[in-house]
Amino acid sequence: MGFDYDKYIRPGKLPHIWCPGCGHGIVMKGLIRAIDALELDKNKTAIVSGIGCASRLPGYMDFCTLHTTHGRAVAFATGIKMARPEMNVICVGGDGDGVAIGGNHFIHACRRNIDMTYLIMNNNIYGMTGGQFSPTTPYGAKASTTPYGNPDPPFDIAKLAIGAGATFVARGTAFHAAQIDKLLAEAMRHKGFSVVEILDSCPTTYGRRNRFKSVVEMMNQLKDMAVPVTAADKMPAEQLRGKVLTGILYKESKPEYVEEYRKLVERVRAEG
Amino acid sequence: MEKKLPKIEINEKYCKGCHICVEFCPTRVLEMRGFTAAVKNLEACIACMQCELRCPDFAVTVTG
Repeated sequence: MGFDYDKYIRPGKLPHIWCPGCGHGIVMKGLIRAIDALELDKNKTAIVSGIGCASRLPGYMDFCTLHTTHGRAVAFATGIKMARPEMNVICVGGDGDGVAIGGNHFIHACRRNIDMTYLIMNNNIYGMTGGQFSPTTPYGAKASTTPYGNPDPPFDIAKLAIGAGATFVARGTAFHAAQIDKLLAEAMRHKGFSVVEILDSCPTTYGRRNRFKSVVEMMNQLKDMAVPVTAADKMPAEQLRGKVLTGILYKESKPEYVEEYRKLVERVRAEG
Repeated sequence: MEKKLPKIEINEKYCKGCHICVEFCPTRVLEMRGFTAAVKNLEACIACMQCELRCPDFAVTVTG
């Protein structure tokens, strides 16, 4: 009846390092169920990450994994995909890794439409390094480096990805755990650069500073702020204020980068 | 006919006591016992799998 996660986890690696109530474990379970649903070969799947709490994920997964420098996960993953196009490449990381330090790599990977899936676990903070504010920390929220409230407006990762040219963009939350694997499976099936943003909770460095009483309260906040994109069309604008849309937000078909690059190489070779 | 109950296993080595399984169980089967979750009232279990699905620590397994 239950799902056997153990066959995808490196023996002896659990328990993981994430704090009590951190949503990253829920997202990791979703990723495992998605990989299981698609029956991906362990030796043909690469999971790449940068630095951060979320980027610890590949260490637990029994696949080809790469733990790279801060923000550079997409750059390394691009290298893997270019050299070995038969690999299924999954990039994972947090909001700081993905859209702050790795922001440049992120938008250019979106633009190129290279065939990989980027899972961004957005917990609104730099958790591992002590709770500094990130580009997705909400306006007015407290972080260790914004003790009087964050004066910056946050990035909308999904809109950023759509604007930069990603061909599949979806959003879920750690509360909607059963949806995570469906979004990820759909993203992995998609040919082109697919971005899945999962809104996550960081009880230790974000929750405590922002007056969340418990892990469960943080989870319920994710529940309250999420509106399925299919339901949003029928809702008046004032009801959507302060909410985030979840589900598959954008999907289109465009030429894929690796294929285009190979075609270019063949054309130039033929021309001699 | 006697109701066949599922089996809920909680790995105490993995459980970090975050309360998620206890709070999201719709029939209040689980409780906190010390720092970890424990089964309190298995008869009420409807095998909805919410505890297993939501546990961030891979600590809860529902079988049977």
